[in-house]
Amino acid sequence: MTLTDLANPTRFLTLTGRLLPWLAASTALLLLIGLYQSAVAPDDYQQGATVKIMFIHVPNAWLSMFVWGVMSLAALGTLVWRHPLADVAAKTAAPIGASFTFLALVTGSLWGRPMWGTYWEWDARLTSVLILFLMYLGLIALWRAVEDPSRAARAAAILTLVGAINLPIIKFSVDWWNTLHQPASVMRIGGPSLDRAFLIPLLLMALAFSLLFLTLHLAAMRNEILRRRVRALQMMQASQRSA
Amino acid sequence: MTALAALIRRDIQIALRVGGGALIGVLFFLTVVVLMPFAVGPDLALLTRLGPALLWLGALLASLLTLDRLFTADHEDGSLDLIVMSRTPLELACAAKALAHWLAAGLPLVIATPVLGLLLNLDATATSAVALTLLVGTPALTFTGMIGAALAVTLHRGGLLLAVLVLPLSIPLLIFGVAASQAAISGPLSFGAPFSILCALSLASFVIGPFAAAASLRHGLD
Amino acid sequence: MRLSGRGVRCVRGGREIFSGLDFEASSGEALAVTGPNGAGKTSLLRLIAGLLTMAGGSVDLDGGEAELTLAEQAHYLGHRDALKPALSVLENLAFWRDFLGGAAFDAAESLAAVGLDHAGHLPAAYLSAGQRRRLSIARLLAVRRPIWLLDEPTNALDTAGQALFAALMRDHLARGGLIVAATHAPLGLVARELRIGGPS
Repeated sequence: MTLTDLANPTRFLTLTGRLLPWLAASTALLLLIGLYQSAVAPDDYQQGATVKIMFIHVPNAWLSMFVWGVMSLAALGTLVWRHPLADVAAKTAAPIGASFTFLALVTGSLWGRPMWGTYWEWDARLTSVLILFLMYLGLIALWRAVEDPSRAARAAAILTLVGAINLPIIKFSVDWWNTLHQPASVMRIGGPSLDRAFLIPLLLMALAFSLLFLTLHLAAMRNEILRRRVRALQMMQASQRSA
Repeated sequence: MTALAALIRRDIQIALRVGGGALIGVLFFLTVVVLMPFAVGPDLALLTRLGPALLWLGALLASLLTLDRLFTADHEDGSLDLIVMSRTPLELACAAKALAHWLAAGLPLVIATPVLGLLLNLDATATSAVALTLLVGTPALTFTGMIGAALAVTLHRGGLLLAVLVLPLSIPLLIFGVAASQAAISGPLSFGAPFSILCALSLASFVIGPFAAAASLRHGLD
Repeated sequence: MRLSGRGVRCVRGGREIFSGLDFEASSGEALAVTGPNGAGKTSLLRLIAGLLTMAGGSVDLDGGEAELTLAEQAHYLGHRDALKPALSVLENLAFWRDFLGGAAFDAAESLAAVGLDHAGHLPAAYLSAGQRRRLSIARLLAVRRPIWLLDEPTNALDTAGQALFAALMRDHLARGGLIVAATHAPLGLVARELRIGGPS
């Protein structure tokens, strides 16, 4: 089974159809184990139990960027190699990535609340995530604004790649801006190096969320392929009627 | 006259003759800056402190709102087809159009800055600092925004979506433009550091913008 | 010079418009593309012009200039006239002459050849549809390119205009040019027919 075999939508559907139940089960299992490990991890001496939000926040933040990376690869697939499933991969990844980003924002806000006293502070990292969230939403809006799926795919692909180039620049700029304006520093989210006791639950949760992304993404791709088939059938029906 | 010079000349001619020309962008800039004190209060000290930021925001919005016709006008009347078929590389043609747009719409904003600086009670140093950062920054805003303008051709009705797509990309320009202005006014940071970064971002946009725009236009023609 | 297409396939908006299309035209020849609406006449012209990507097959040009692409040696006269209302007639034409480059026929002479020399300084917005079409045709004269891709060229032209354009097309062919024209009406010159999407 080569990569090119996967390019065939029908084979992709049958393969993922068989794979998906196992993926879903493994994801659920890993999430449960991760959550359990997070719960039994020791409290932080300074932050108490609230530090455990980190086990959800950090993996989500990582994934928000990772998904943009996946979309960038898919964008290259669309523009350079014209891979048939690249469009589908890119389109379905966007809402999932946006959701992870949103979760990162919410958990980040909740985590910061006890320390900051407010639900939002223009902390450098969270602000970068907020901008990333805006970019996801803009991308999703672009997907929906263009009728023809293949034209939408190409436009979105270009925007994704431009976004990928700009993300490090934006991150750098926001960090710089923050150090310029930040008064006497408050405890920063993500703090100093992590204690080993925290590392294991964190990695488990990161793995669990990655599997979650894979599961959701493959399921969404299946739906999108079926949706496109329906559209193709409807178009064929329309052109038959007028003949 | 060479092909690119002809294109720049044509675009500037059209910009100056149609719909109030360059002045409409300046008028919008003026309007936005005038709105700020109504929102913020007429406290002069506060306005002076916010001055560079308000001017930058006004210039950003004024640049953005004139961009969506950059390529759609040519697409609608069939000129874009001919531009793609010409012997001039599309990336250069896009860069030429962006340059023409800046000359007609962006440069007037820079020229209007001293007048608006008066309204916000900025002194000569402050105003020149802001004007200088805008001189370097407005071309970057145009060249960054042209990516959205090219995508707007595919959309057929760019408008707000264009703004939503382009604004996050413009954030670094805003950060360093305002920071450089503030540095010139009150220190402690030197003007040079953020200003050089602003210049670097501009130069990068002169390359990324035309390439991304040309790619979008080619794919959007079908 | 020979323009040929083999097995050309066109897909737009996910729908296949035509496939397996073969055609050929040589210097001095005109190819008239006919067929019902929606058959893909415009799409074929845009495919040849490189404005649309082919879903399959190939289009080749033998005998043209080696360093130039097909599009760079062709004129495309589409449905829309590529004219800016804010510029004058002469400014419009002078722009395309300068931008498209190549061997130039003087702009004023081109205007005269299409009967618009009296309108040179007028804003293009004042032209009627037929005059706009003539101005587009003047573009084909102001810059010499061997291949003419014409989409319903006589649209909006009155009888005199059609006769004028037919004469210009015959001139172009006589000079070794090549024409591919999508049309509903007879062109007024000797042309082979390529029918797309007719009754099977």
